[in-house]
Amino acid sequence: MEIFGFSIWSIIGVIAFLVIAPFIGCILAGLDRKITAGMQGRVGPKLLQPWWDFRKLLAKEDATVNGAQDLYVWLYLIFIVLSGMVFFAGGNFLLCVFIQTLGALFFILAGYSSRSPYADLGAERETVQVMSYEPMVLLVAIGMFMATGSFYVADLLSAEMPLVRYLPLIFIGFLYVLTIKLRKSPFDISMAQHAHQEIVRGIVTEFSGRTLALVELSHWYETILFLGWTGMFVVWAGGWVAGVVAVVVALVIWFFEIWIDNNFARFKWETMLRSAWWVALVAGTVNIVYLLFI
Amino acid sequence: MSNVGKSPWIIHYDGSSCNGCDIEVLAALTPLYDAERFGVVNTGNPKHADIFVVTGGINDQNAPVVKQIYDQMLEPKVVVACGACACGGGVYQTCYNILGGVDTVIPVDAYVPGCAIKPESILDAVIAGVGILDEKAKAMKMNPADKDRSEKDASTGAHASVADVDDGTNADAE
Ligand code: SF4
Repeated sequence: MEIFGFSIWSIIGVIAFLVIAPFIGCILAGLDRKITAGMQGRVGPKLLQPWWDFRKLLAKEDATVNGAQDLYVWLYLIFIVLSGMVFFAGGNFLLCVFIQTLGALFFILAGYSSRSPYADLGAERETVQVMSYEPMVLLVAIGMFMATGSFYVADLLSAEMPLVRYLPLIFIGFLYVLTIKLRKSPFDISMAQHAHQEIVRGIVTEFSGRTLALVELSHWYETILFLGWTGMFVVWAGGWVAGVVAVVVALVIWFFEIWIDNNFARFKWETMLRSAWWVALVAGTVNIVYLLFI
Repeated sequence: MSNVGKSPWIIHYDGSSCNGCDIEVLAALTPLYDAERFGVVNTGNPKHADIFVVTGGINDQNAPVVKQIYDQMLEPKVVVACGACACGGGVYQTCYNILGGVDTVIPVDAYVPGCAIKPESILDAVIAGVGILDEKAKAMKMNPADKDRSEKDASTGAHASVADVDDGTNADAE
């Protein structure tokens, strides 16, 4: 069935992403804090703590350093959501990656626009993070095209084999940069997960109230989008079984990320950039050469 | 209960304390006392914080710093004076350089005694602060004009006052 040329499933995907993603993202963020507390021998906050933080931020007094900053944060949110819509509609993966990067760039601009030394430093570090993960993400797209002959995410649902069967090394490389994308330790250099560390939350130092709430919301959308990218590797034409497998794999990877987050100290930016590019080079090249020969 | 009190983010500033109270503030965040149970996050950033935890007394050097941190925090906000020094000068009360407790420069909402203050009392103080925070949030809801910082600054010149007291000392939270 089609509405305005879009298949009904794309429309369901888009609406589900728009409506449900922030809630799941929020619960995942709460789980993250709970599990982290558990690993440190603490009780930790309530599961819905990120939600209460969000509500609190909305109730605070409005104070923005300048108008441009709010605009950039809005654009960040809009482009992340747009990118997620393209992805969950089963659209072009390459387009999804580019829109997501554009969103990330607006976030960096928001940091620069607030003119605080901490935010400047955070924005510079975030730029390095984008530089670090971008080659690997593009290799995912290239590998996907070579394996399936299409950039369309929806086509994966009619593939005989899951993508990871063709791209095992690229999948591992992707997991490596996923930690950078989710800004988790050892790669939390741009935001410094805990607010009282050296750059005081980096880019968001000067943000408060509603602006900070919008950033949180965008992060929730981002989490779901990136976990979607992870799930993309394991779906095939298996109907609902494939869907369940994708969700389970995405959740396992999320817990793996939390585990990494709690077990590694932060790297220097040089280490991050160098290691991410080496991983991209080795994993990407070897995997693509392998694809050329099968 | 309104939403604000469920996520009290704190900023801790060490005035002229002997560091006894500061160690106890950190102890309150450790696994044994685990302040994060109540949603407490130690932000170290006045723009994110809801509760201003001050330890130690006020002297001429840190008075403008405390004032500036307070002015940078957004409504609704609560100030908790932790320890005898912060409440009224404590053992240093009669020193030549001490002006007195935190309330000599900014309005204080909760006074918590102790020398050094116990982590349990700090948790009590934060919970008390949460109650006040909720009340303030409710009052703000009644009067939506309070939500707009820029208008208020225009009428009261709040930012100008920050500049007045800023003698170039950096706000050095923690
Ligand atoms: S109250 Fe006592 S322990 Fe706390 S800062 Fe003052 S002298 Fe030190």
